[in-house]
Amino acid sequence: MPEFLLGAALFILVMVAVGLVRILRGPADADRMMAAQLLGTGGIAAVLLLGAATGVDATIDVALTLALLAAFASFAFVRAGSAPTVNKTAAEDGA
Amino acid sequence: MNFALDLWTLIAVAAGAVFFLAGTTGLLRFPDTFTRLHALTKADNLGLGLVMLGLLPQVDSVVAGLKLLCIWLLVLLSGATASQLIARHTRQSESG
Amino acid sequence: MINLLNIGLAALIVGLACWTIVARQPFAAVVGFIAYGLLLTLVWVQLYGIDVALTEAAIGGGLTGALLIGAAARLRGTDAAAAAERPGAPARWLAAGVSAAVTGALAIGVLSLPDPAPTLAHAVAANITSTGVGNPITAVLLSFRAMDTLLEAIVLLFALIGVWSLTPDHFWGGRPGLPQQADSNGILAFAARLLPPIGIVAGIYIFWVGADHPGGKFQGATILASMWLLTMMAGLTDAPPISRTWLRVWLVAGPLVFISIGFVGVVTAGAFLGYPDGLAKPLIVVIELALLPSLAVILGLLLSGPPQRKAQP
Repeated sequence: MPEFLLGAALFILVMVAVGLVRILRGPADADRMMAAQLLGTGGIAAVLLLGAATGVDATIDVALTLALLAAFASFAFVRAGSAPTVNKTAAEDGA
Repeated sequence: MNFALDLWTLIAVAAGAVFFLAGTTGLLRFPDTFTRLHALTKADNLGLGLVMLGLLPQVDSVVAGLKLLCIWLLVLLSGATASQLIARHTRQSESG
Repeated sequence: MINLLNIGLAALIVGLACWTIVARQPFAAVVGFIAYGLLLTLVWVQLYGIDVALTEAAIGGGLTGALLIGAAARLRGTDAAAAAERPGAPARWLAAGVSAAVTGALAIGVLSLPDPAPTLAHAVAANITSTGVGNPITAVLLSFRAMDTLLEAIVLLFALIGVWSLTPDHFWGGRPGLPQQADSNGILAFAARLLPPIGIVAGIYIFWVGADHPGGKFQGATILASMWLLTMMAGLTDAPPISRTWLRVWLVAGPLVFISIGFVGVVTAGAFLGYPDGLAKPLIVVIELALLPSLAVILGLLLSGPPQRKAQP
């Protein structure tokens, strides 16, 4: 059973790696945001599988933290990518 | 009983991995941002959901199982919101 | 299988790091960096460092990622200027050479450690009952090396003051960040109403469970800060003006409590930050309870940036 769970974690990691190609290729920012979202979900799945395979219960807390912070980071990403007027004012006032 | 639970874990986690494969393939091969978003949410909802269901028999306590469920619901919420935001942003930048 | 996983992870991380450095566009590089933080979390889980994995997931993946996203967004109009200032080939070869030399020195240092490597884990395990906590990381951070934790909290405060020092004179005392023209019935506002209650409970849970299991005040404070930033991002709350007294009291309260407990320890236990016998666990709890809100507010304000508008009356 642990071997199988580790294998599943490895498989999902490979999927994450292949998904990173979309960041490489993606012509628009939207593609990169989506790839970041996939990475977050894949990472959470991999952490859960690793935790179940090694029997360390605290890794579920790591996955919980990842879920919250990945949500926050992807919202920040989409917000920053889609609010150009806000940044124009910053360029005028700030530096 | 133990064997049945292990079998359940095997099947569910394998199915979840298949959905991750489907999501990633869609992300790479679909032509359009909107269709790619559709593929992405399949990995979010079904991939992680099946993995979580498969891991439920393997955890030690009820609290850990509830935490797993909570993680999946959080990912559902954030995935849905992010997808909506990305879709609106893409639509506005395409038409605007 | 586990070796295959570890080798795969290591190769993926190195490849991703190289790509992040080489990436042309700032946004692509930031996403690469967030992915890098995520993979490092997996590495820490594999090394059984769950506390470090928690911190990496919270800070490296989430907060630093959001910080870099904000920076990349501000740099958006400056692509032409940056291209004009690009360093020439000799400078880049020099940078590559120095980086490779440092990597080589680190590798030699790590590989030439005696086997078994020198460790203080046995000393910690022998003395941990005197601290009253079950998690050895918490015992080290808040009892054996409490001085380091105090200095770290003060360094964060200084970093915040450094960020505030970037304020233009006429905006001093104002609110950080720009006003968010957010649709208060929109999707982001919906998520920002639903997520923070869950996040606050999760943050306090991770803080509380740090006494005996992986966790602690720093990871909990990061989760709380990110939930606060989410409500600010959605326009549901506004950043507080930095001239408000209550804000400044809140910022320094944590480190001040820590320092005063340290001075009390001089009298009662004979050393700065010494704990008298039997009072170690309550004092640690008091320190953590005082530091949690201060750290959360410091981290939230660090990400909000310097004030960019006047405080409205």
